[in-house]
Amino acid sequence: MVRSERTKRLIDLAVASISVSETPLVLYALRRADDALILGHRLSEWCGHAPMLEEDMALANMGLDLLGQARELYDYAAKVEGKGNNEDKFAYLRDVRQYRNLLLLEQPNGDFARTMVRQFFYAAFADLYWRTMMKSGDATLAAIAAKSEKETAYHVRHCSEWIVRLGDGTAESHARAQTAIDDLWAFTGELFEIDDSERALIDAGIAVDPAALRPPWLKLVSDIASEATLVLPKSGWMQQGGRSGLHSEHLGHLLSELQSMQRTFPGATW
Amino acid sequence: MTTPNTPLWEVFIRSRNGLAHKHVGSLHAADTTLALQAARDIYTRRGEGLSIWVVPSSAITASDPAEKGMMFEPAESKIYRHPTFYDVPEEVGHM
Repeated sequence: MVRSERTKRLIDLAVASISVSETPLVLYALRRADDALILGHRLSEWCGHAPMLEEDMALANMGLDLLGQARELYDYAAKVEGKGNNEDKFAYLRDVRQYRNLLLLEQPNGDFARTMVRQFFYAAFADLYWRTMMKSGDATLAAIAAKSEKETAYHVRHCSEWIVRLGDGTAESHARAQTAIDDLWAFTGELFEIDDSERALIDAGIAVDPAALRPPWLKLVSDIASEATLVLPKSGWMQQGGRSGLHSEHLGHLLSELQSMQRTFPGATW
Repeated sequence: MTTPNTPLWEVFIRSRNGLAHKHVGSLHAADTTLALQAARDIYTRRGEGLSIWVVPSSAITASDPAEKGMMFEPAESKIYRHPTFYDVPEEVGHM
């Protein structure tokens, strides 16, 4: 088989994934950064496809908010790690198993109701999370939290309004919203999960203990669901694994698109 | 991307204190709350505003372009109505 110069070059350049020294603080920042990047990327997939122009812009705006949060968190993780990694390397040169995001956030967009329910579950959590993190003993994390909270507060409002209209709208919009809630509910347990590495940071006053956020999260989600005439499933078995790199089949496909350019043309800029 | 049942709204933005709300464009939204949110998402992405008004386009009564001769041309010859004979002190600012 004769390979073209171009093919040879691409093979020579095929880039291996980076390795990351996941000390507790690096891992903590990466987990939050991955949440924001993956959900932000999902929202970007709506660009040009939303049901109406106004919502196309709203989804892209939320995606850009999340991308901004991801960049700051990656940047901080790189500084703390001090191994020459940076935001681009974290985003483009880690494999599926190195990603630490919540499983909820990598789930496909589905229809508009599913995207809104996913966004609402996360935003309702993230807003509480950032608000608490503003009091972190880590000045950088506190500053990132202060900026992010204003963004997620709007996401909560925007999604809440849509959940109410979808749930209390037509028979079809109600059915779609209810299906989305039923399907995504099993991914909400992971929001409140922590491990030993995070426990140490919580005890040190750096990280947020998500267990304390569960009651206010559940209250907000229940209130909106009930206003929307939607029913939350009884808490049952919950999916987990995203925080330690065990993902659903969807993340690999997402990353293959997100990373294709840098994997093929390393360091390419435009 | 047709939105046949979604009403049209006119958007007014006040860019800073002391200025008036200014018409910036229009959008489609199902109700007042979503109209306000859409206005925020579409028209204030680059820090353009401190305050937003949305008004149903149907609430606006507009002049008929066909009547512009009768409506506006008579004013063109009355240049004495322009207050160009006064010096306005700079401190007055926007009038």
